[in-house]
Amino acid sequence: MAKGVMIVAEQRDGALRKISLELASTARKLADQTGDEVSAILLGSGIEGLAAELGKYGVDKVFVGDNAALEPYITEAHADVVAKIVKENDPAILLLGASAQGKDLSARVAAKLATGLATDCTDVKIDGGKFVAIRPLYAGKCVGEIEFTSTPAMASLRPNVFAAEENAKAGAVVKVDAAVDAAAIKSKVVEVQKDTSGKVDLTEANVIVSGGRGMKDAEGFAILEALADVLKANVGASRAAVDAGWRLQKDQVGQTGKVVSPNLYIACGISGAIQHLAGMSSSKCIVAINKDPEAPIFTKADYGVVDDLFKVVPELTAACKKIIG
Amino acid sequence: MNIIACVKQVPDTEAQIKVKADGSGIEEGQIKWVMNPYDEFGVEEALKMKEKNGGDVTIVCVGPARAMETIRTALAMGADKGIHICDPVFDNADAFVIANALAAAIKALPHDIIFCGQRAIDDDAGQVGAMLAEALGLPQLTVVTKLDFAGSSVKVVRPVEGAQMVIETPLPCVVTAQKGLNEPRYASLPGIMKAKKKPVDVKKAADLGIATEAKAKVAKVVPPPARPPGKIVGGDDPAQKAAELGRLLREEAKAI
Repeated sequence: MAKGVMIVAEQRDGALRKISLELASTARKLADQTGDEVSAILLGSGIEGLAAELGKYGVDKVFVGDNAALEPYITEAHADVVAKIVKENDPAILLLGASAQGKDLSARVAAKLATGLATDCTDVKIDGGKFVAIRPLYAGKCVGEIEFTSTPAMASLRPNVFAAEENAKAGAVVKVDAAVDAAAIKSKVVEVQKDTSGKVDLTEANVIVSGGRGMKDAEGFAILEALADVLKANVGASRAAVDAGWRLQKDQVGQTGKVVSPNLYIACGISGAIQHLAGMSSSKCIVAINKDPEAPIFTKADYGVVDDLFKVVPELTAACKKIIG
Repeated sequence: MNIIACVKQVPDTEAQIKVKADGSGIEEGQIKWVMNPYDEFGVEEALKMKEKNGGDVTIVCVGPARAMETIRTALAMGADKGIHICDPVFDNADAFVIANALAAAIKALPHDIIFCGQRAIDDDAGQVGAMLAEALGLPQLTVVTKLDFAGSSVKVVRPVEGAQMVIETPLPCVVTAQKGLNEPRYASLPGIMKAKKKPVDVKKAADLGIATEAKAKVAKVVPPPARPPGKIVGGDDPAQKAAELGRLLREEAKAI
């Protein structure tokens, strides 16, 4: 019978990504409720050393598949190896990250295993002995509780939402055969163009300073960049600002952009169209700065400032500089 | 070229979503239905490919009777024919069932490249493209922002956190479209007139010979958790308000 919680850890360039620790910690909490074991799948080349770190966050056993053909990530190779390890070990629950890689991989693996998958979950629980995944629907306009009729029950977890807490377990390495049939792998990564901005992705940012139509033009974002520098934040944008060509598509927050959940989200000159609110309302603390007191964004904000953002934001930058030192 | 584009009908992004009192789903009465915005990018790319290389574009859609409108929209944009998989058994289907239904219909057609949206903005699952690729035994290229076609293969750009992957794959393959791939065209008036006469084949689940039991079920739908009411930061001028906000973020919210 299917038993235990398994995660698929994610690493890039030989370093675990933060989501892997969030997965490990979440899996530990679930497994402790049923007295089960947590295992992890770790794939790549020369990555065995990362198993210890997974152990630190609650993983009992790490299946390490070491093969140069697994670097960089390519769907077909990873999906084959992951599906094989899952079949051999028959976990009850399989968790992945709802990262770019995790979303691509989880759906392919679920299809291979002919099992159910809940994407981009914001909570998971054991309810009456059953695994239940909680996830936003309609970009957060409502929330669905997902139950499973097959094993493993698969869920991908939204990055930045689940806590990564240390809870040391063995993290014992189990080497597995990670051979891939080269002829069956049709896709080839021909280039990896790294972002040289030195910023993390918007979905991984702790603090986001976002601007909308109220920024007036592309130059208006300069004051947001200055605030972001002080707060070590990313700069995001509403659809209006992206469609106007002031910001890049990759910075768009909302139902047709990215869904983010930073610790702090500062919305400047964003009225709060429902499609934008859908993308940021799971943020932990929300600040809205807007001169229109009736703007819908204030209904979601923990702190609202009703005033001219072009006057408030530079003052806020100065105030934060003083506070942070 | 034999080009396929899969589409789904979804509530407009501006739609207010109301949960049914019994938690079984959402109230559909007031909703304006549109083509999933990400599918529009897929249809547009399919049309561009046809215009450049010849061939035809087939639209495949799983959805209730009203989804015919979305198929006609794609035909009005310039697609040639449609397949509408319309059966009440799909009302509570999950991505696995939908992907298998699409795969069963597509298997019966010649196909060089298949486009889907990277996700639908209703259930936001983003699973169908990859599951369809697996069901057809084809490589997948998901969340694509740029596509170059070179005779027998495609080269695409796929953004990931902090990087862009450039991936090359031989045809046939499944591509899921992300915003940025192109600017979808609007249907022209002559296009809309012509679309009415284009063939759409309606299929039932039984025609496809697939299992229709969902593996992941939405057991309950609830409204999003309410946020505690916020406070308006006071002050006589922007400087005072900003200083007070900074203090609150530091001392109360512990966010900076």
